[in-house]
Amino acid sequence: MEVEFKKPKQGDVPEIICTICPNSCKLQVFEDEQGEIQVEGAGCARGVEYGKEEYLDPKRMLITTIKIENGVLPVLPVRSQVAIPKEKIFDAIKVVNHVSAKAPVQMGDVIIPNLLELGISVIASRSMAAKNKE
Amino acid sequence: MSEIIDTDIAIIGGGPAGLAAALNASKRGARVAIIERDFELGGILQQCIHNGFGLTYFKEELTGPEYAQRFMDLLKETNVQIFLDSMVIDLSADKIITAMNPERGILKIHAKAVILAMGCRERTRGAINVPGMRPAGIYTAGTAQRLINMEGYMPGKRVVILGSGDIGLIMARRLVLEGAKVLVVAEVLPYCSGLVRNFVQCLQDYDIPLYLSHTITDIKGKERVKSVIISKVDENWMPIKGTEKVYECDTVLFSVGLIPENEISLKAGIKLDITNGPTVNEYLETTVPGIFACGNVLQVHDLVDWVTLEAERAGENAYAYSTNTSRGGKLLEPILTVPGENVGYIVPQRIDYLQDSKIVQFSFRPKSPDKNCIIEFVSNEKVFDKRKAKHIIPSEMLIYKIKLNPEEIGEKITINIKKNLKKSKEEA
Repeated sequence: MEVEFKKPKQGDVPEIICTICPNSCKLQVFEDEQGEIQVEGAGCARGVEYGKEEYLDPKRMLITTIKIENGVLPVLPVRSQVAIPKEKIFDAIKVVNHVSAKAPVQMGDVIIPNLLELGISVIASRSMAAKNKE
Repeated sequence: MSEIIDTDIAIIGGGPAGLAAALNASKRGARVAIIERDFELGGILQQCIHNGFGLTYFKEELTGPEYAQRFMDLLKETNVQIFLDSMVIDLSADKIITAMNPERGILKIHAKAVILAMGCRERTRGAINVPGMRPAGIYTAGTAQRLINMEGYMPGKRVVILGSGDIGLIMARRLVLEGAKVLVVAEVLPYCSGLVRNFVQCLQDYDIPLYLSHTITDIKGKERVKSVIISKVDENWMPIKGTEKVYECDTVLFSVGLIPENEISLKAGIKLDITNGPTVNEYLETTVPGIFACGNVLQVHDLVDWVTLEAERAGENAYAYSTNTSRGGKLLEPILTVPGENVGYIVPQRIDYLQDSKIVQFSFRPKSPDKNCIIEFVSNEKVFDKRKAKHIIPSEMLIYKIKLNPEEIGEKITINIKKNLKKSKEEA
């Protein structure tokens, strides 16, 4: 059995695995001579859409924790309101690592209003009560 | 002296199953009590901070804590009694629960019906017999998840993960985002056991290699993990000599499966199935009348949405039991369900009532992945229903609602997953 993970070689058309359904079609996405994006290997129309999006502008949710003062737990889970560009994930993590919250916090509270000037907020994924009530 | 509490329905466990069962039974008018051992409700969802929950049930994508909070908020509107920090130590067949609480001491809860919702726990290194030393730095993936996401500790800096289940994949990404280096994920099976989406977004996105048909054959280090040896395995999972590779690391995570947690069920004399979950009838009732089971304590689910739906049924059925609602005549001998070709197990394990035609929900898992399949429901040596399945894998539970007609059903119902030869030929 071969190892599943292969790093794409330079010049190769990168293979994108479709995650829409368990069929896991292997997509080849490239720009043709007319500058149109072509998706090959998709078993359905949703796969074609997925291939285009993953090729042009892949996005991921930012999911992590931050420090919280006086919370019943020492860390608070947070997420980006919507998915952010994939290549910004590590920059976003750097920003989030320098932020802390103070309990009590309500689920949905905005923790960082405009992450990396993307117009997307980072919000609390849960409510957290204060450990010592003031 | 122990405090005695009287209720209609007592639910052991306040995770996703317990929450949904409590809401459903309470909505129908039952007095409900939840007994939870942690300091808060929500169970495992509180440490599953990633997104992907609720797509089926809420039609939107939530994180684990958000999914839990929706049910906890609804529970606030009810008069469900909640006992936190309360560890159940005994359950009797006459439905008396004994629990310990640090402030109230010993609690005795007398209930008309009980719902088991204790969830599951992780298989450990010991369960799969990985040889080597026993230094610090070896964790199950879920323990590492709780340490990072709830307790604010990093388990290590250079990590090797065994097992490509979803928790293992998700922890690989989580560790990278928190600054660790994940060297490799090794999987003994020839395919990834987690969802494709998690393979792509947790491993591929971060250039973490997945070695299929590989396992850990040695762990080295005296005080702390120093290195592990990973070897290729043959089709019988036996390591192949000469394929050993050394990985220097300080941490090893095991993501090698989950086991329903049923020690308390055994105390009540409940019979367990090969899954280690209780055997149940079509009402999700165990072998002890009035004790029901739902969620991961019954069968390990891949989606929390299915846990919620199953728990709602348990809540409804427990309520009906507590109000003495008739189910019609009980069969003298139950109809047994039998896992046939490529089927690992089936829930329910038996049908206790079948006077008239009725619809029964079956959930089961295939033993191995396949494409273009026909799922046959067989009784009296005749196929009485069949369904097509384009793609099956052991990590995805199959759920079907099937009409049972007493005239067609004999002593047993067998479920087979067969290859759809016609369809496979067309594609070839």
